Amino acid sequence: MALTNEHIKQRLIEKFDTQVSSFEEPYGMLTFEAPKDMNLKVLNFLYDDAELKFRFMTDLTAVHYPDQPGRELAVVYHLHNLEDNIRIRFKVFTDSNKPDVYTATALFSAANWMERETYDFYGVNFVGHPNLKRILNVDEMDYFPLRKQYPLEDQSRVDKDDEMFGRGGAIGFGTEKTDHGTITELEKGDVGEEIV
Amino acid sequence: MAEMPEGHQGEGFFATTLNSVIGLARKNSIWPLPFATSCCGIEFMATMGAHYDLARFGSERVGFSPRQCDLLMVMGTISKKMGPVVKQVYLQMAEPRWVMAVGACASSGGVFDTYSVLQGIDQVVPVDVYVPGCPPRPEAILDGVIRIQQLVGKESLRRRNSEGYKALLESYGIQ
Repeated sequence: MALTNEHIKQRLIEKFDTQVSSFEEPYGMLTFEAPKDMNLKVLNFLYDDAELKFRFMTDLTAVHYPDQPGRELAVVYHLHNLEDNIRIRFKVFTDSNKPDVYTATALFSAANWMERETYDFYGVNFVGHPNLKRILNVDEMDYFPLRKQYPLEDQSRVDKDDEMFGRGGAIGFGTEKTDHGTITELEKGDVGEEIV
Repeated sequence: MAEMPEGHQGEGFFATTLNSVIGLARKNSIWPLPFATSCCGIEFMATMGAHYDLARFGSERVGFSPRQCDLLMVMGTISKKMGPVVKQVYLQMAEPRWVMAVGACASSGGVFDTYSVLQGIDQVVPVDVYVPGCPPRPEAILDGVIRIQQLVGKESLRRRNSEGYKALLESYGIQ
């Protein structure tokens, strides 16, 4: 019998009862949720079960929901059963003040870098990860850039160069007014004439 | 053919300043080092090709060792994490060296007004010529090279020892 979403859901409920919840099937992909301290138990069950065999982790990321107090950060696992070609999505939610989630690196080697990336961008602290440090951003970065808590254009940014965006600065674009009108290219002088 | 510098000539001799001879030699034999990270690099490939032909300007010898090259051409978006790499490549080049920022991203960060992108390579290395465009057409890159040639040809032999130049490097934390 081919594995169906309905059957996977039934197996999960048999095993974990009310611990697994929020089942839905957006675009046909079974999605569900569990408490964050259950994540390894659920992943292990999905991996080891002779019928389910979800042994390929295709993605691991996070989502920030600033409007859900106590469960701001969702860690999302995408799993693939290669034999039956079925994919499922599994989420755990955590408080962003204490974003500790157990690492899946013991089960999936692929989780190593993906958890580092998730830590890098969302600050999820994967407990037990062998090397939890930034992977894509500069090491000096002291915030988690994909959390939805920054204004789109941050006025406090110091790495911006306003001169390059036509909004002030010393160079200008030949539109500066002088007492005899606008400065021309000629008056500014060509390259190569004045060298530091 | 390169233009002859000003000087005195008679039968069998020509006298001019050392500055202009060296300048003439340097400007017509610039070895570029392409540091291409995105679409500007593709435009540069067209610039190197037979149609636009950078070789007309004595720059056909593209080097991939910074130690041999005179002109660092940074073409494309440089992320903050790539910044130290650009700087290291610059440090590995021998004096005299020039830098050209090709395209909006290398010059200013371009459309990538974001946490991960360096807002212009002039935050890590001194830049001589900026080429605008997103990406610039090969003609614009050639124009940038010609402007570099103007700088190279007119540069005083003493410039790299001057206080002003040292202060410039100092402001980038070099030396």
